Amino acid sequence: MAAVLTRDIIKKFGEVSAVDGITLTVPDGEFMVLLGPSGCGKTTFLRIICGLEQQTSGDLIIGGNVVNDIPPRARGVAMMFQSYGLYPHYTVRNNIAFPLKTTRVPRAEIEKRVAWAANLLGIDHLLDRRPRQLSGGERQRVALARALVREPTALLLDEPLSNLDAKLRASARQEIRQFQQRVGTTTIYVTHDQVEAMGMGDRIAVIDHGRVRQVGTPAEIYDDPADRFVATFVGTPPMNLLARDGTYLGFRPENFLPRDMINNGNGGVTEFSFRVDRSEYLGSERIVYGVVEGFDTQVITAKLPPAHVAEESIRPGEWHPFAVKNGAMRYFSRDGKRTSWH
Amino acid sequence: MAVIAEPVAAKPVSRFRFILDRREVLGAILVAPAILYVLLLVGAPFLLAVYYSVSAYTIYDPSWHFVGLSNFKQIVQNPVFIDTLENTFLFTFASQLLGLVLGKFGAFLLLRPFPGRKIVRALVILPWAVPIALASVAWEWMFDSLYSVINWTLIALGIIDRSQAPNWLGNPHLAMLCVIVVNAWRFFPFAIVVFLAGITSVPQDIIDAATVDGAGFWRRNYQIIMPMILPIVAIGLIFGIVFTFTDLSVVYLLTNGGPVNATTVLGFQGFQVGIVSGDVSHGAAISLFMLPVLFVLVIGMLRFIRRREI
Repeated sequence: MAAVLTRDIIKKFGEVSAVDGITLTVPDGEFMVLLGPSGCGKTTFLRIICGLEQQTSGDLIIGGNVVNDIPPRARGVAMMFQSYGLYPHYTVRNNIAFPLKTTRVPRAEIEKRVAWAANLLGIDHLLDRRPRQLSGGERQRVALARALVREPTALLLDEPLSNLDAKLRASARQEIRQFQQRVGTTTIYVTHDQVEAMGMGDRIAVIDHGRVRQVGTPAEIYDDPADRFVATFVGTPPMNLLARDGTYLGFRPENFLPRDMINNGNGGVTEFSFRVDRSEYLGSERIVYGVVEGFDTQVITAKLPPAHVAEESIRPGEWHPFAVKNGAMRYFSRDGKRTSWH
Repeated sequence: MAVIAEPVAAKPVSRFRFILDRREVLGAILVAPAILYVLLLVGAPFLLAVYYSVSAYTIYDPSWHFVGLSNFKQIVQNPVFIDTLENTFLFTFASQLLGLVLGKFGAFLLLRPFPGRKIVRALVILPWAVPIALASVAWEWMFDSLYSVINWTLIALGIIDRSQAPNWLGNPHLAMLCVIVVNAWRFFPFAIVVFLAGITSVPQDIIDAATVDGAGFWRRNYQIIMPMILPIVAIGLIFGIVFTFTDLSVVYLLTNGGPVNATTVLGFQGFQVGIVSGDVSHGAAISLFMLPVLFVLVIGMLRFIRRREI
């Protein structure tokens, strides 16, 4: 296990910069999530770390050693691919044993380690099957076992849950997280799914257009977004933004509530007149879409808590007094960067 | 108010109106030409050949007199036929092996991007596309005893002396080598296409996974890519073996079976005996001799492929 450091990594494909200067520190044992929209360069960055791509410039340091020119097999990192990349002609046992065979581990030791990894992931009973005889969830475990069997310096996961159905994904998320905490391997996890990112990461690096926009704990990313991109990328529905003289005022939909639900508290509140256009009933909450007075062109969402879920009082077409606590307001400057008040 | 479906006065529809929408009818119509073709142009001649091989039919005495397996007995007792059998096996397997090796290397070279790759990919198909009659003439000149460009090059490079220049098509062993090389040359573009199709069908994720798992070039090739494309290669090999086993064109055009039957193969001998000499019954027996062997070989390979299917 080892820390992974990158220093100003740039990767160009022709004229296009896929990765545009990423500097990131992942301490030993941390679960770091790279979150970003498709095509933002997060997968390319991961491929650079494991050595499948060579960066155009910048340094990559794993466990204190610069590994820029070291081939993938000598870096000691393991990677789990989106499609798992299992070897279809091998049994599960041989799939898991493959990384050990390449490093000429003695046969008895291979057997022991395969048994350990299979046991860890609860796939002992599948060892003699072939990948095509496995379900999606089982394949994912086999891929994870194969990645872990040689106790990698770092574990790289490239959207490992995107091929699973929603229900399985939730439990797999838990499993990977628990399991990473138990083994303690430095893990870099790439996803475009913010639920995965928020639920799993010790820290999240939000990436857009090949650059890191913000690195922080899930709470920091959510509560204190560094810029407009992070504010609107993280959170469903995303943060509301009101443009005013070129600057932006942001607040989360769950903080935008009917006036009578908010007590003044310390710091005071800002009141808005809100016209509801339509609302969505989601069982545990109600999402309301509308506009606030003075900002007629910008759709604003409010997430109403259970107390208001079934209530008929928020009727479409009517103006209602709404408010946001001042402490929940976020301000962004003309160029999108976070600023303090005004 | 309850809505009740009004019975509509149904117009009688011809039962043939949607006949082409029926899967089994359309399928039969589409497959029929191919089946007809096979039955008429392969099935009928084949049955005819089977009958010829157990009759005493010659073009001079076209009698349908049934003689049992005596034709087969006679050809087996002929020492030239045994040589022919050996030649056929050597010719087939050596040229296939050479073709496969060339094909694999070619495919790997053509996978890498380089300027002009598209043109090279197109050109590489040439040996396969050029009429074999034309190509054989070119090869014949290259192997010519006096004007061989190969010998000229070897002499110019100082590798051999003019006095010991090999007579490619005149020496029995070299003549066999020549027909093998020419046949492999003819086959290898096909092998390249098969390998290219196979290798490009291996998902990049699997190759990447192997790379990260610590496999170098050779291990990736022989433990991951080759086993995965084996079914495709085996199909290509079946084609190659069947076509080469029954082929006579290269031998006919290049050596005419010589020198002294050194390059005679089954197809060629069947043609010589059955068509040129007019002894149709013995020609048919020679041509059909390898059918059971090929049949078993192909069935065996197909079963192997099915077992390996991923």
